[in-house]
Amino acid sequence: MSAGPARHEARELHWHAGRLRVLGGITLALPPGRFTGLVGPNGSGKSTLLRLLAGLRAPSAGHALLDGEDVAATGRRAVARRLAFVAQDVATDVDMTVREVVTLGRAPHRGRTAAPAPRDREAVELAMARTGVSWLADRSWPTLSGGERQRVNVARALAQEPAGLLLDEPTNHLDVRHRLDLLGMLSASGVTVVAALHELELAARYCDHLVLLDGGRVVASGSPAQVLTSRTLREVYQVRATVREGPDGRPDLRLDPLDPPGGGAAREGGQTSASETT
Amino acid sequence: MTRPVLAARAPLVLTAGGAALTLSLLVAAGTGSADIPPLGVARTVGAHLGGPWETLPPLRDSIVWDLRLPRVLLAALTGAGLAVCGAVLQATTRNPLADPYLLGVSSGASTGAVCVLVLGIGSGVGSLALPVGAFAGALTAFACVLLLLGRTLGSATRVVLAGVMVSQLFGALTSLVVVLAGDADRTRAVTFWLLGSLASADWTLVGVCAVGTAAGLALLQLHAGQLDALAFGRETAAAVGFEVRRSEPVLYVVTAVVTGCLVAAGGAIGFVGLLVPHAARALVGGRHTVLLPAAALLGATFLVWADTAARTVLAPQEMPVGVLTALIGVPAFAVLLRRRTGAP
Repeated sequence: MSAGPARHEARELHWHAGRLRVLGGITLALPPGRFTGLVGPNGSGKSTLLRLLAGLRAPSAGHALLDGEDVAATGRRAVARRLAFVAQDVATDVDMTVREVVTLGRAPHRGRTAAPAPRDREAVELAMARTGVSWLADRSWPTLSGGERQRVNVARALAQEPAGLLLDEPTNHLDVRHRLDLLGMLSASGVTVVAALHELELAARYCDHLVLLDGGRVVASGSPAQVLTSRTLREVYQVRATVREGPDGRPDLRLDPLDPPGGGAAREGGQTSASETT
Repeated sequence: MTRPVLAARAPLVLTAGGAALTLSLLVAAGTGSADIPPLGVARTVGAHLGGPWETLPPLRDSIVWDLRLPRVLLAALTGAGLAVCGAVLQATTRNPLADPYLLGVSSGASTGAVCVLVLGIGSGVGSLALPVGAFAGALTAFACVLLLLGRTLGSATRVVLAGVMVSQLFGALTSLVVVLAGDADRTRAVTFWLLGSLASADWTLVGVCAVGTAAGLALLQLHAGQLDALAFGRETAAAVGFEVRRSEPVLYVVTAVVTGCLVAAGGAIGFVGLLVPHAARALVGGRHTVLLPAAALLGATFLVWADTAARTVLAPQEMPVGVLTALIGVPAFAVLLRRRTGAP
């Protein structure tokens, strides 16, 4: 496969779970080497789209392309050398150390029974350092907290040395500092990053490109300022969004319920509506 | 005990385990109504394998070579095979309660065995009718599980549920045959078989089981890296480059065939396949490259001693070895579990 950041494309992607339509015809091309955020309400199809892009599920119709090739038809090992995937929750009590778990990420690069080479060990140590879990290296997986497990999983993905990194709600379970650290690291990574995110404020600050999904379709895509407008957010999330331009030129969000219990917030929303970006 | 210590001592544990198993085989083959020292056993084995040693007197030689050695070796093979299959199924289903009988194999084998013991099907074939019938039953049950699951296997929960359903079905069939057609003697024979006994071991059975188990365990060992990843879920395993959809059915088929082979020879011996993998994990950690051989050595040594106790403790009467595996194993495991939770 080609070098450079991973190129993801979707062509008329459909995915059904039984009779339920989860994705209904998604066509997009994600900017290579940039950080794309997939946003949208619960059940809008973010996780499914990620899995189709990663080739972990076969589409009901349409194609997910990685570097121009159908990812579902490509061997897993070849895909894993280009692409790493971090699931939302990994529930297991397997008795392995953090270093052993991160070493799983070297699997696509080594022989089936070969011991890890110095090259593999380097990649593992570097990946642990980048996610701040080096000090946990010898700890056993079942003793980790939810947030620590999440960071170890990201380290495992980085140890794959991927050209593309797909993450399903990577900030879930993380405290504020680690959230910012992780998103900062992802946006500076230089590889293609696609992450499903719930916090719109963080998506606005860290992502280069956003795809807003609703009901299995793309509602808007483009720069955070293009996607996160108060009109779209009211339509998709049923919230009152106040959007200002932040000091870094990115949108700064304030979100309130559409029908607040008191009148105060509504008045405040009314006052600032003049500064809404559309 | 910190985890790197566990990893560092893995080679030591495996070497010690190999030595302990060899010694156990020699001592166990010499233990019984006629006691023969381990060196005498080693000499006899050497002589039979074409070495320049003098054999024991004919009667004692026959006791060791024709009676005890096949039985001791079958015990070792059964212990090793069941322990490894248990460890593999615990990883693929991510279920610590999984054991080799999860996929309906033992229930199917039981149905096959009662068909031979009670209904007399295939009695013309001679002593091999029972193991062949049991093996056929085991494969039939496993085929039912696969049919229920369909081509995609589905989630780990579905695999477990399909196994439980088929086990129930074949358990009912076994009871039905026993109730409808069994007299007191045959019912007793069935009960004994169901609890597991290695008394019928001979060189033919050992040979067949050795080939089946060795090939199966070698195949499973090749999947050790993938089992590590599978413990984190199918998605993670696929994401780090394993063709899970292709290899998971292979893992299930291999464990079912190995288990079916061993159950056909020795009955459904419990406990080994469930708890020995956990004991091995406590000793060497969860990485399957080391865990699988450790479980094999531990299971083999354990069952060799359990079976030796089964045939000597109440001699001349025999106890079903399945009873003893639990009687010895549960306290041993309790100690291990306590020590483990005691240490950070």
